[in-house]
Amino acid sequence: MSAKQILITLMTALTFVMAVTLAQAFDDVPDQVSIDLMAKYFDSVEFDHEMHTELGEDCSACHHHTAGTGTVDDRCVRCHADSGEAATVSCRDCHVVDPFSAEHINRKAADVYQFHIDTPGLKAAYHWNCIGCHEEMDGPTGCQDCHARTPEGDAFYHKDAQASASAEGGH
Amino acid sequence: MSGISRRRFLAASVAGCAATTLAGPKKALAAGSFSGYPDGMGVLVDLTRCIGCRSCEAACNKEQNLPAPQKPFDDKSVFDETFHGGKQKRRPDENAYTVVNRYDAESASKPVYRKVQCNHCSEPACLSSCFVNAYTKTPEGAVVYNSKVCVGCRNCMVACPFNIPGYSYSSAFDPVVKKCIFCHETRLKNGLPPACVEICPQEALTFGKRKELIKIGHQRIQTHPGRYVDHLYGEKELGGTHWMYLSSVPFEEVGFDPNPGNEPIINNVKDFLSTVPMVLAIWPAMFTGFHLLAKKQEGHGDHEHDVEEHHDEEGGAR
Repeated sequence: MSAKQILITLMTALTFVMAVTLAQAFDDVPDQVSIDLMAKYFDSVEFDHEMHTELGEDCSACHHHTAGTGTVDDRCVRCHADSGEAATVSCRDCHVVDPFSAEHINRKAADVYQFHIDTPGLKAAYHWNCIGCHEEMDGPTGCQDCHARTPEGDAFYHKDAQASASAEGGH
Repeated sequence: MSGISRRRFLAASVAGCAATTLAGPKKALAAGSFSGYPDGMGVLVDLTRCIGCRSCEAACNKEQNLPAPQKPFDDKSVFDETFHGGKQKRRPDENAYTVVNRYDAESASKPVYRKVQCNHCSEPACLSSCFVNAYTKTPEGAVVYNSKVCVGCRNCMVACPFNIPGYSYSSAFDPVVKKCIFCHETRLKNGLPPACVEICPQEALTFGKRKELIKIGHQRIQTHPGRYVDHLYGEKELGGTHWMYLSSVPFEEVGFDPNPGNEPIINNVKDFLSTVPMVLAIWPAMFTGFHLLAKKQEGHGDHEHDVEEHHDEEGGAR
């Protein structure tokens, strides 16, 4: 049956193409992400991306509309229902490291057509995503549950400060 | 003749007083209505984002070279500290220009944290009250002070509607007022955000132009229905502040004065102060008038004088 053969060939080809595409797509997905944004006071965090992809319902839970898995947020759906996969998916491509630099503030002010005037910086984006989900799923939420402090960090927080007054206060 | 001139004089002084009263408000308008520096920077504090990590306190301590704290900056037990019989939570003082307090608000399911520091008013009461002109409102938005001219009178501590300025009670010889200066010297005037904003892991503090922050604040309220009380505290309060607040619970539940009014503190005295120059102009003339009248009265009263003398004589005869 030539028709059947053609169909099988086509199906095989299609499966192969899909497999290659998927493999290529997942090639870009990192298993580990090293986050060293607060490296001065804290050791970098080794984020187990692979483990979290298994936990998450779909990529949009963290990646909004950029991962090509759609979005469920009512506020985003209006514009991003059919956005598809974005050219860049990693957090730092949209969430800037220095959201309060004069340069960034002026750039934002100059771009009058910018809808997203309140995009959090990278540090906040990480913390909101992590802590927000960890609170719901009983993950770790304490500062040092994720961040091991450096000696400089210990000094910054005055780790060795001694309480000389009682908790009632002495004013 | 003298009766007519007295009447004329009284009429003139009444007219003068009326002119003062009428001219007062106009003067006040001309003197005031400062709507803030257009490009002044501010901070939008979002109480729904704060997790009470106190990193801002640590950053402030380091940036301003303040003395070491009594407890580490990651010690959460400070949230249980109360003063004045449990009514007063922690307040900024000479050793800490900012503190974070925890509130177990009635209408919230989890604790709400609030950072306290100078709100950098557009028309600061501290500045108005300072008779040595130690305070300056900078075009960048900060309320700074010159401790070299501060005489330690503490008028500003009384004037501040937010109870912010602290006092270096520990300094025996040169006590001065101490408060948050928006990191003006080291950061703000160089285009950098204050240290507390930079360290905040949650972006509970958003730094930007005040006018942009007002837009962002209202946008947050609008795009997150149910998350916020529909009010941007500090947009209008007391003539506007450069640090503004969003909250999930009514502001009075997290230690804010819910209704301080929208007038800057100085407006309470502006009308009165505007009459002072008028008083200075009119009173000399008025009292000169009184004086002249009294003089004339003296001349006029020769007869009465005689009578009094007569009475005295009678008394003496008795």
